[in-house]
Amino acid sequence: MEYVSPEGLRLDGRRPMEMRQLRAEIGAVAKADGSAVFEMGNTKVIAAVYGPREVQNRSQQMNDQALVRCEYSMANFSTGDRRRKPKGDRRSTEISLVIRQSMEACILTHLMPRSQIDIFVQVLQADGGTRSACINAATLALADAGIPMRDLVTSCSAGYLNTTPLLDLNYVEDSAGGPDVTVGILSKLDNVTLLQMDAKLPMDTFENVMQLAIEGCKAVANYIREVLQENTKQLEYRRGV
Amino acid sequence: MLQSKSFVRKTKGGKVLKVVREHYLRDDIYCGASFCKACDSSTARLSSTAATILIVDTNVVLNQIDLLENPAIDDVVVLSVVLEEVKNKNLGVYNRVRALCSNSMRKFFVFSNEYHKDTYVKAMAGESPNDRNDRGNGGSAIRVAAQWYQNHLGQGTHVLLITNDKENKRKATEEGIFAETVESYVKSLGLPGLLDLLVHPSSEDVGMEDVEDLRPLKRKVIYTEHKPMSEITSGLHRGIYHQGKLRVNRYNPFEAYVGSESIGDEIIVYGRANMNRAFDGDIVAVELLPQDQRHEKSLSIADEEDEEEEDVHLAPSSADAAPRVTNLVQGSAGDINPLSSRPSGRVVGIIKRNWHSYCGSLEPMPMPAGNGGVAHALFVSKDRRIPKIRIQTRQLGNLLDKRIIVAVDSWDCLSRYPSGHYVRTIGEIGDRDTESEVVLIENDIDARPFSSQVLACLPPLPWSVSSPDLANPIRQDLRHLCVFSVDPPDIADVTNFVHPGTPLDDEAAQRGTSVYLVERRIDMLPKPLTEDICSLRADVERLAFSVIWEMTPEAEIISTRYTKSVIKSCAALSYVEAQARMDDSRLMDQVTTDLRNMNALAKMMRLRRIARGALTLASAEVKFQIDTETHDPLDIGMYQIREANQMVEELMLAANVSVAEKILKHFPLCSLLRRHPSPTKEILEPLLRTAAAVGIDLDVTSSKALADSLDRAVGDDPYFNKLIRILVTRCMTQAVYFCSGDLSPPEFFHYGLAAALYTHFTSPIRRYADVIVHRLLAASLGIYKLPDIFQDRAQLTSISDNLNYRHRNAQMASRASVELHTVIYFRKRPTDTEARIVKIRSNGFIVFVPKYGIEGPVYLMARGEKGGGEWLVDEQQQKVKKIDGSISYGVLQTVRIHMEVVEPQPNRPKLQLTLDQGHVA
Ligand SMILES: [Zn+2]
Repeated sequence: MEYVSPEGLRLDGRRPMEMRQLRAEIGAVAKADGSAVFEMGNTKVIAAVYGPREVQNRSQQMNDQALVRCEYSMANFSTGDRRRKPKGDRRSTEISLVIRQSMEACILTHLMPRSQIDIFVQVLQADGGTRSACINAATLALADAGIPMRDLVTSCSAGYLNTTPLLDLNYVEDSAGGPDVTVGILSKLDNVTLLQMDAKLPMDTFENVMQLAIEGCKAVANYIREVLQENTKQLEYRRGV
Repeated sequence: MLQSKSFVRKTKGGKVLKVVREHYLRDDIYCGASFCKACDSSTARLSSTAATILIVDTNVVLNQIDLLENPAIDDVVVLSVVLEEVKNKNLGVYNRVRALCSNSMRKFFVFSNEYHKDTYVKAMAGESPNDRNDRGNGGSAIRVAAQWYQNHLGQGTHVLLITNDKENKRKATEEGIFAETVESYVKSLGLPGLLDLLVHPSSEDVGMEDVEDLRPLKRKVIYTEHKPMSEITSGLHRGIYHQGKLRVNRYNPFEAYVGSESIGDEIIVYGRANMNRAFDGDIVAVELLPQDQRHEKSLSIADEEDEEEEDVHLAPSSADAAPRVTNLVQGSAGDINPLSSRPSGRVVGIIKRNWHSYCGSLEPMPMPAGNGGVAHALFVSKDRRIPKIRIQTRQLGNLLDKRIIVAVDSWDCLSRYPSGHYVRTIGEIGDRDTESEVVLIENDIDARPFSSQVLACLPPLPWSVSSPDLANPIRQDLRHLCVFSVDPPDIADVTNFVHPGTPLDDEAAQRGTSVYLVERRIDMLPKPLTEDICSLRADVERLAFSVIWEMTPEAEIISTRYTKSVIKSCAALSYVEAQARMDDSRLMDQVTTDLRNMNALAKMMRLRRIARGALTLASAEVKFQIDTETHDPLDIGMYQIREANQMVEELMLAANVSVAEKILKHFPLCSLLRRHPSPTKEILEPLLRTAAAVGIDLDVTSSKALADSLDRAVGDDPYFNKLIRILVTRCMTQAVYFCSGDLSPPEFFHYGLAAALYTHFTSPIRRYADVIVHRLLAASLGIYKLPDIFQDRAQLTSISDNLNYRHRNAQMASRASVELHTVIYFRKRPTDTEARIVKIRSNGFIVFVPKYGIEGPVYLMARGEKGGGEWLVDEQQQKVKKIDGSISYGVLQTVRIHMEVVEPQPNRPKLQLTLDQGHVA
């Protein structure tokens, strides 16, 4: 199958190094302390953050840091076939864990001992790269909730098809069965907090693909920063500052 | 700019899904005209002076690809929507048009109209990608793009839409776009030769009657209508029809096989009527015939078309090169059809065509009068599996004595032959260069010179071993050892120069093997590598890949080591030289002593291998002596096998086995190995009958049993045993390459060598398999990492498939070349010689001529009077007897024959074998 034409165009018209269109909206869930919708192309994810608040289960309370919990789910209507999926299947549990660990890496948990932060992420529309979109949405929601963070965690994936590194795979490319590298970084600190790949790649190819994913993360970070600045301006404007 | 495409799709389970895809529209897609000021011209392909730019419609690409490939057509824009439609309909044509677009000598430009913001045409609602093939909006997208080009390039350039779709042409004209049909455009060019390349719609059948009337036919063959696709699909689903690839018997074009997974057996299709217009390689749907109709069909084959006479050909060297089924005594009374137990069927529909172009010549015919110079002729392919093809030509007088290439276009059920069109002329029939080129084309062998990109990958000349090479820790310095080579260019370190992913590597992978014709060699790798850098010449330092054994005096391997090395060969010997040295008892120098020691070891290894059950088979390889100036064959004879050959063979086998073990241990899933399947009962059947007729019992239960019974098969004369071995050899199927992950270990077995594991390591210069194995071995030693493609099993499988294909083609080409030179040789030399009968026919027998390695029919009565009752066949004893009992010929009997080249038709020379009467041995 040809995923990149000899003219250098992917099936959806992008070039190999191009990301899908990004879109973000802050404050989609009024009840939550912070929330955001994040879109990467047709992949659409909503995140809501509650906390820091009192720890519900006292036995889990930690005296030196906050407890971060994360729940990931997929809306039944998020994929083409409307199947009722059981909650808490292995995949969801795994992604919940991945998101939680990425977020813990940037939240300054030691500033909020004996408290709990809940992150709820739901995929509204799935078209590849849901993991990355979830992390990006969670970051935005955390920022919206005013949770202290050392940096913005952002994520993006890259793959390798037709011997070409491709940025931000969509569903069709993702289903090609090639390697898919998901990277999460702390954009300013330039630290990698997440790296996942479930295929084999030779070392030097892997480095190229990973580098591409990192570039993607940085682009996402710039975008998120712009969105946050715009949001702050709006807030200032509304308060009449 | 973003567009969303949405459509509904039905899943395998029958659910209906709504699919939404993103579609990005861009402003950085350029027009490809180098004179355009508005666009980035770095990727431009259209010429700077182009006054006319052609935009071709899908139907033009699909049907007129031969025309497009002609250099007279250039400055063509191929739209991505057209490419997409072509790809869905015919992958072969798609690959050809893609090749045109990437060929730097041609001016074809791909315009990605579907992604350009101004030329994107939104699909109608609810349209799935498949609907678009039925010209949903393909036509309008093409017109939009044509309009855009005209506006973009301005009035100075004539943008012309070439389409044979009437509707599309009408709409284009209405919208103010210049549009023409292919015919009118080609006519306007004023090049009459180009018109022959055009494909004519099948309705243009006028005049064909003339051709068919010339033939002595009593009845007109009309084929059954093919079933519509929907009916075939449901038939396949319900198990009434069976799907498979049709393969036509190379030696009997009226017999074909369809390997069917659904019934787990091969279905036999007898006769052109049952084949129902299917070509070799087509994917077809077959319906089984009821039991009582089966036999009858097989008898009617002969009168369907005047039976083609069997030609004298090179004796087959394996089961793949031989007729699949020996049709003993066809049509005679008491014929026991060995196949009656196998299902037979008829083709009801064709699922996928395997049409391409074919090499051959026109059937001799008188020049037609009038008719505007247009003649209708019948084309006869060299490949006997292909039926005759009707073509129209304006240059008949020119083509009659030529070898030409013709492509097939259509075959409707009212015409006896498919229709096609002329593609190009190769040269005069019978001319050695022409015929050699035919051999190459027929076997899909690329004999073009290496491209500059490929040559750019070679190290600069003059090349010599450098100090970094010597200092490299992966390389062991073996220059102090006495190393010498015998005949084959030994195991040079080819992968040191051929790096994965380079154009050089791609080319070699594509070619797969060097091809040896009688008068020339087509190399897999460029000359500087084969004849210099990787040639282990005497007294020159060269890089090699070595397998080093430590052996006991009994030739038992104690240890095996593999290393890249630097060697300085002290002698490069030919087989003859090596043998002469060993035989010359006065010579006591080191090389000669080493040779003798090695020979002693090799002999022990050989004995052990034979004891394990390896077959010592005999082949009838022929060697020509060629005149260096005229390239005509001067002498011809069997290839002589010396002890030196056997010694080298033994050591190479051992090296290959050692390497196979090593790479499989490290890479159990992605090693390239070579296996040799056991011959099937069905193939051995005729041989066993022949053997039984002369009182020999062959035990074929295992290779060991067979080897033992071959040792016992001694006849009255010294040649008898060798003859039996030759006959056994041709029952063996080809050994094949495979990827170790695709099969289970018991299937790795090499029957002929009685080896559990085998691969090719010893000839990386002329076989790409060895290049791959070198890379695997280097990776297993930790020298280099394994290239990317070894991760991709599907790709590995396709590489080994290609190697098998190339390997087989190379062999077929070598054989065809020998056959060609045999005819050239006997043209001036009518000869009497001895021959052995190998097969009995009702009207004669097939003889094998050991001296020249050829095989062919000897007729006891003239053609046409067969079954005259004068001769009788004794199936049991494999004899053909005169009715009065005065003369009889039995299988394996020796006869004297006369060989002579005759020309039954002008320009069609052929070798004829006749019985030398009165010399019956
Ligand atoms: Zn332009």
